Parts: sequence; C-alpha cells; structure tokens
Amino acid sequence: MQALIKPLVWLGALAPLALIVVGIFELAGQSLGPNPIREILHVTGKTSLNLLLITLCATPLRELTGQTWWVRPRRLLGLMAFSYALLHFLVYAVLELELQLGELGQELARRPYILVGTVALLALIPLAITSTDRMMRRLGRRWQRLHRLIYPITALGIWHYYWQVKADIREPLIYLGLLAVLLAWRARSAWLRRKSRQVPAASPR
Amino acid sequence: MKNKDDNRILPSEIPSESSFFERRALLGGLLAGATLPSALVSAQQAAVSGAKAAAGAGTPAGGGTASGASLHATPPRYTRNAALSVREPPNSYEDITTYNNFYEFGLDKSDPAEKSGSFRPLPWSVEIGGEAEVTGRYALEDLLRPHALEERIYRFRCVEAWSRVVPWLGLPLGALLQRFKPTSRAKYVEFTTLLDPRRMPGQRVGVLDWPYVEGLRIDEAMHPLALLVVGVHGRWLPNQSGAPLRLIVPWKYGFKSIKSIVRIRFTERQPRTSWNLSAPDEYGFFANVNPAVDHPRWSQAKERRIGGSFLGSRIDTLPFNGYANEVASLYRGMDLRRFY
Repeated sequence: MQALIKPLVWLGALAPLALIVVGIFELAGQSLGPNPIREILHVTGKTSLNLLLITLCATPLRELTGQTWWVRPRRLLGLMAFSYALLHFLVYAVLELELQLGELGQELARRPYILVGTVALLALIPLAITSTDRMMRRLGRRWQRLHRLIYPITALGIWHYYWQVKADIREPLIYLGLLAVLLAWRARSAWLRRKSRQVPAASPR
Repeated sequence: MKNKDDNRILPSEIPSESSFFERRALLGGLLAGATLPSALVSAQQAAVSGAKAAAGAGTPAGGGTASGASLHATPPRYTRNAALSVREPPNSYEDITTYNNFYEFGLDKSDPAEKSGSFRPLPWSVEIGGEAEVTGRYALEDLLRPHALEERIYRFRCVEAWSRVVPWLGLPLGALLQRFKPTSRAKYVEFTTLLDPRRMPGQRVGVLDWPYVEGLRIDEAMHPLALLVVGVHGRWLPNQSGAPLRLIVPWKYGFKSIKSIVRIRFTERQPRTSWNLSAPDEYGFFANVNPAVDHPRWSQAKERRIGGSFLGSRIDTLPFNGYANEVASLYRGMDLRRFY
C-alpha cells in the first residue's frame, strides 16, 4: 500500500481527464452528450473539489492511524486539484466564452459565483508555486501558515458550486458537510494539543 | 408568419356528442360512488390505469380503451406547417432526446432518457376544468380526435442558456381550448404534470413542490404559436420528452413548456407555477426569452446551440426567442424587466 499510494493517486487523479479525452473523441462508445463543453466544465470543477477534499483527509488519516505515509501524496493531490481548477477556468474562458475578454470581465463583475471561483483559483497559485521542497525549507514556519489557505479556498470552491446549482443543493451540501467534518477534526486536534500542554499546570477541581 | 384568426371555433372542434355523454356518465358514476375523490387523486388514478378508473366508475372508458392502448401503435400522421416553421436545420432526434430537463425522472440531463424507459404513458386521460362551460375528463384520443396534427420546426431555448431546433408534432393549443368554451372569467390556463412517484421516481426527491405546474395568460394560450405536442421528428413523443402530451411555447424559456400533462384548468387568478414558487427572483411567471434581462446567476444574452461544434456554437439570443414579430404585441405596455 505504501509503495502503491503514489501510483494510485496518479491513476485516480488522471482518470477524469482520461474520461474527458475518451468522450471528446467518442472512443469506446463514450460521449460527452449533446452539450460537451458543459460536461467538461462540470467534470473538471468537481474533480478539483474532490481532490481538494481528499487532500484535506491526509492529516486526519495520519492522526487516526498513526501512519505518516498518508500525507506523502498530499503535494501531488494538491497540484492535481490546482491543475483541474486551472483547466476548468481555461475551458470556461476558451470554449465557453470563446475568449471574449470583455464578456469575462462582465461575468466577473455580475456573477458572484464566478468571482468566488476565480478568487479560489487565484489563491491556489501561490500554494502551487511554493509546493517545492526548496520553497518549503525557505519559508519555514511561514510555509505552513500560507498553506492553511487551502481551508478557505476549499470553502470558496464549494460556495462556487452551491451558487450555481439550480434546485438540487444536496451535492454541494455533502461537500460542505465533509469540509465541516475535516475542519472540526483539526479543531479537535488543536484543542487536544493545547490541553496536553496545559494539563500539568491545571489544578483539579 | 401570419397569425390570423385561429381562435374561431370550427364545428369539428366542438366536443362530439358521444364524448360529451361519456363524460356525463363518468361524472355520474363518480358521484354514485359516494366519494368524489379530489381532482388530483382521480387524475393519478386515471393516469395510472385509465381503463381501471373508468371501469370503477361504472362506465365504459371514455373513447374506448382499445384505441387508448393503440394510439402509439401506428406512426403519427401529420402535415408540415412550413409557414410556422423556422428555416434553421433541426437538431437530431438523439440531440433532442438525450439531453433533457425532466426532473420527474432525475436531475441529470441524461437521466430522463436513461430512467424513463419503463414508463408506460398509455392509456392517458386529461382533466379539463375550471372556468369553462364544458369540463370533464377525456381520454387522450378523444382530445386529439378533432384535430389534424402538424409538424412545426421551432426554436427551443432553455433558461440555462442552451438551445436547439426541434420539429414538433402537435396541434394549436388555442383550438383545443376553445372546444371547452372558456368563460369570461378564464383569465389564465393552468397545466399540471402527472403526480405518481412510483412511475416518476424523481418525484421522490423534493427538489420541487410536486406536481409540476405551469401556466399561461389566456391570450398567450390562444396564440397560434402555442402548441400542444404529441410527437417529435415524425414519431410519437418519447417518455423523456414528456409523453404523451406536452406544451411548447416557443417564445418562452423551456421550463414553461410543461410535460406529461394530466390536467388543464381555466382560472381567474394567475396560477402558482413550480419554478416561480421555488425561486421567484430567478424564474418569473412570464419567462419570455429576453437577452436583455439576465438570470441573476448567468447572462441570457447568448445561448449555446446544442449539437454544434466545440467553437462557434454560441449564438446571440433573440428577443422572444426570435418570435418577437408574432408575440411582442401580447406584452405591449408591460415592463419586461419587472415581468420577467
């Protein structure tokens, strides 16, 4: 499992892209349906969200199992999440809006959900740039602080999804619930750490 | 396009004597049954099994159940109405029937095609009620019998900013409505979709307040472009497209064009329609296609023509979906930003 985890992550993360390509060329009887651009937007956006949430599972899994290898594919997962978010935006700008930049500006100004999604994508850029070992060493403690941006970014991504759903908000709510659980776990860990530090000083009542 | 006086009642449009008597007998039977079920319940029963419901009321089934089961047995016969058709090339049957919003069969665009296979639309009956001189429940065949079916190629524009061109088969809604002699109090027409969560599994999910309800102002309903549809591309309607009877109002967003209709009611007050109830700031009662009034979350200025190439299939949306010459006069003096 430990040796397999990275290949598995590569495979799982590239599978949605492979499905899109298979669909575009209508291989193996697959197709993206009569509105392929919308389908590509949907798949890339949701894959990005899925990968962000999976990334956030790494720390709780390490703490639950005591196995540190859970966090090993974290960088790969994060970079994949960023790549899908970028692809999502490029498909939107190039295929959906056909590179009408004026229209893109208008959409950003008028549609809060597009603004929210764009902010999330922009905020992912510094995290991707500083994902190398060298940057990690150079930034030291600040690296961790910077990368905590992943929490609000994921929340923005879910918000972006929730805001454009027409009626069935169940799926965005599931994402929100998962994020809440993952954040609650971290709050609990932080609280336990603080408590363990304070225990000797605390007097019994 | 000419919209001449399609509103006059032709002799053939007046209900036949036999169907009139059958209707009275059916009503009598229901009354004799001591309990008069609510319109909704009886509509369901009739739709679940028109033959059984009618037999339970102690009368022969309206229009004859034999023909009821066989309406779809032979291909529809129709004539082309070129005068009321657009010149654009129609989308393929596959484009039209594999990408649908019909939440009664699921929320994904592919769900209706994939999950409606076991739905048996026939026998089917429609209850006509409200502010009209002639009311009652009619077998679908009886409703259709006096009318000649015609093919009309219409643009179809979804509120989600995609569109296609569809060769519908149907009959003018106004001609059918006139047969029931709406009274002067009939200011609106309300349409209701079948409510049957067993046959329409999407109705087990509360994304909308089922059953689906839509409505038109009476002058909109009587407009010659408003079409009651029973087929597409020369075939009877497939389930995912709203079999066996749906509405098409080509100058409005697609959600107005209600599917699988079991009830038509003439009302004095504006009907409470499903999407309008669900999100009044997003979906108006009128819902006329209007590139100048955006949906709060997306622009309506352009639309993606389904089935086109990856690039270049995004086209400008036209006021009233390109039918402004025919229908704009219906809304003269109305602020279309307010009444979206």
